[in-house]
Amino acid sequence: MIKINSKKCKGCGLCISVCPKSCLLFSEGFNKSGYRWVILKGKKSCISCGFCYLICPDVCIEVLHKI
Amino acid sequence: MLLQNMKYLKKYFIFIIILIKMKKIILSRPKSLNNVVFSYCPGCGHGIIHRLVSECIDELSIREKTIAVTPVGCAVFGYDYFNFDVTEAPHGRPPAVATGIKRTNPDKFVFTYQGDGDISAIGIAETIHAANRSENISIIFVNNTVYGMTGGQMAPTTLAGQITATTPFGRNLKNEGFPIKLCELLSVLDGTVYLERVAIHNPKNIINAKKAIKRAFQCQIDQKGFSLIEIVSNCPVNWNMSPVDSMKWIEDKLIKTFPLKIFKDKI
Amino acid sequence: MKKLVKGNIALCEGAIISGLSSYFGYPITPQNEISSYLSRKMFELKKVFIQAESEIAAINMVLGAAVTGMRSMTSSSSPGISLKQEAISYMAGMELPALIVNVQRGGPGLGNISGSQSDYFQAVKGGGHGDYKMIVLSPNSAQEMYEFAYDSFDLAEKYRIPVMILTDGMIGQMIEPVSFNKTKKPKNKQNWILNGAKNRKPRSIKSLFVKEGFLERHNIKLQKKYKKIFKNEVKYELYLAEDANIIVIAYGIASRVVKSAIKLSRINNIKVGLLRPITLWPFPSKAIYSFAKTNKKFLTVELNYGQMIEDVKLAVNGITHVEFIGRGGGGVITEYEIFKKIFHIHNNSY
Repeated sequence: MIKINSKKCKGCGLCISVCPKSCLLFSEGFNKSGYRWVILKGKKSCISCGFCYLICPDVCIEVLHKI
Repeated sequence: MLLQNMKYLKKYFIFIIILIKMKKIILSRPKSLNNVVFSYCPGCGHGIIHRLVSECIDELSIREKTIAVTPVGCAVFGYDYFNFDVTEAPHGRPPAVATGIKRTNPDKFVFTYQGDGDISAIGIAETIHAANRSENISIIFVNNTVYGMTGGQMAPTTLAGQITATTPFGRNLKNEGFPIKLCELLSVLDGTVYLERVAIHNPKNIINAKKAIKRAFQCQIDQKGFSLIEIVSNCPVNWNMSPVDSMKWIEDKLIKTFPLKIFKDKI
Repeated sequence: MKKLVKGNIALCEGAIISGLSSYFGYPITPQNEISSYLSRKMFELKKVFIQAESEIAAINMVLGAAVTGMRSMTSSSSPGISLKQEAISYMAGMELPALIVNVQRGGPGLGNISGSQSDYFQAVKGGGHGDYKMIVLSPNSAQEMYEFAYDSFDLAEKYRIPVMILTDGMIGQMIEPVSFNKTKKPKNKQNWILNGAKNRKPRSIKSLFVKEGFLERHNIKLQKKYKKIFKNEVKYELYLAEDANIIVIAYGIASRVVKSAIKLSRINNIKVGLLRPITLWPFPSKAIYSFAKTNKKFLTVELNYGQMIEDVKLAVNGITHVEFIGRGGGGVITEYEIFKKIFHIHNNSY
């Protein structure tokens, strides 16, 4: 599972392009800086691979894993 | 007796359920990177590279003895983002400034973070001579083929035919010369110890880039000498591309001219 | 006990005894004694000596050493100092203490290698871009080269400002007896240096202030500092000035020629005195003004075609007349030329 900081996200879409499970998409609304931030569509389909974290240029993604 | 046992079991179950629901953060912002919003454009590779550098510094636990030198260019704001001591340097001169710091403080960890204009145009003399003296410093060289901060002018690393603010008809090799390949150039010097070119256009290459940076930093910690990591990065705004397209362009075009490999490894 | 040494060597000794940690230089005549002497000496002392690839690299290495609070210096001559100006401006903006030595030679351009004083404007008016000043000391003997080099680091660290010793080819090359009478001193503690963010918040040293109003605030801070220096650090020497009717203003090597000319004038019953600015910036304007108020006439003597005279005129502020005599391009003025000028001023025939 991942956690996305909606305030810091600049909506570049790089995470969406690398997600192997295609479980990321843009939000409907805009954040304070005027960007469509990225949201996690299906919590269950996320496999915590960390690709989105690796490519996020604004370090606004945290990857969580069940203990 | 049974009742007591039941209570005990209940507590035990609750604990297990909490444990199952609890999640461990496995990847998050490194300690050496301040919790601020970067001033970089959406999709800019600088953010990724800042994070990689910070992660390496955390993993090597050298944050408390690091002094970084930031260039003139987009990364000049590094002092706001890195959570360690940072100094500014005049345009092109970070290798000289780092030399001054490292020679007078050999126990400190010194790295410079430079762009293509900074290192391969105005500061190429300082770079070559710092490498030739085999100064025990590490250089992170971000190659995105344009001067980003000033509005996307041609850099020495601009590809043939690439359109920039100062080459509106594409870079003409007869007029502007060829793209400079710094790693190849430095690899002939006896003073260089570790030279590698990496890219950040996909997760696999980002992992490789981190390995390279860490190796270069380790090279300095082991007092082996000069190391430089050239990171092929993107500049979506000045390339007039979407961030995703810019990453694709790195793969299709840039790494054809700038092949990714280890140019020197004397470690 | 005195030793017979060149001015350039005396300067090196002064810097070393005050705790010089590193020297970065590039060859240029007439300052080569400094780098060749220090290359041996710093090696023996296990300190840092680098012959850089250019003057630009040398001054930036000094900048690097200075951000970590190390006492560092560079030396060059006029064309080389021109190349260093950008980094000097950065150092003024970043408030870094360091010692820069300019052993002046004739200009413009490549000029020649004999002594001159044609870099006065460059030194005292800033030289590089931006609204900044640095402390400029002007020795006139090998002894003063030693003493000023010794004092300059304390001055630089006290105010966090680059200090320049503005000397010239003649003083640098001249062999004179020097008494090496200074002793080592403990290091000043500084709380702004970069030495790794251990048990403290990270620091950054910069001269870039992009946010609106920040740069103005930084400039106001710098100007306050400059005012404080102007108030506290002005130094000048007076020679037979108490009863003089004509005050000659000269610095560096020119002041020594002036002293001979004054002796010559006194024999001829012309009351002439000397005011020698030791700190060219901050300039002793107040002292000059107080002489101007007593209706004294002024003569400025320089080895150029009139640079310091502008500061003298500003100090005098139109109260009295200021005359000038000088020679440039490596030419040295003689005491007879100065005496002739003094004689004309005395007879009101200028």
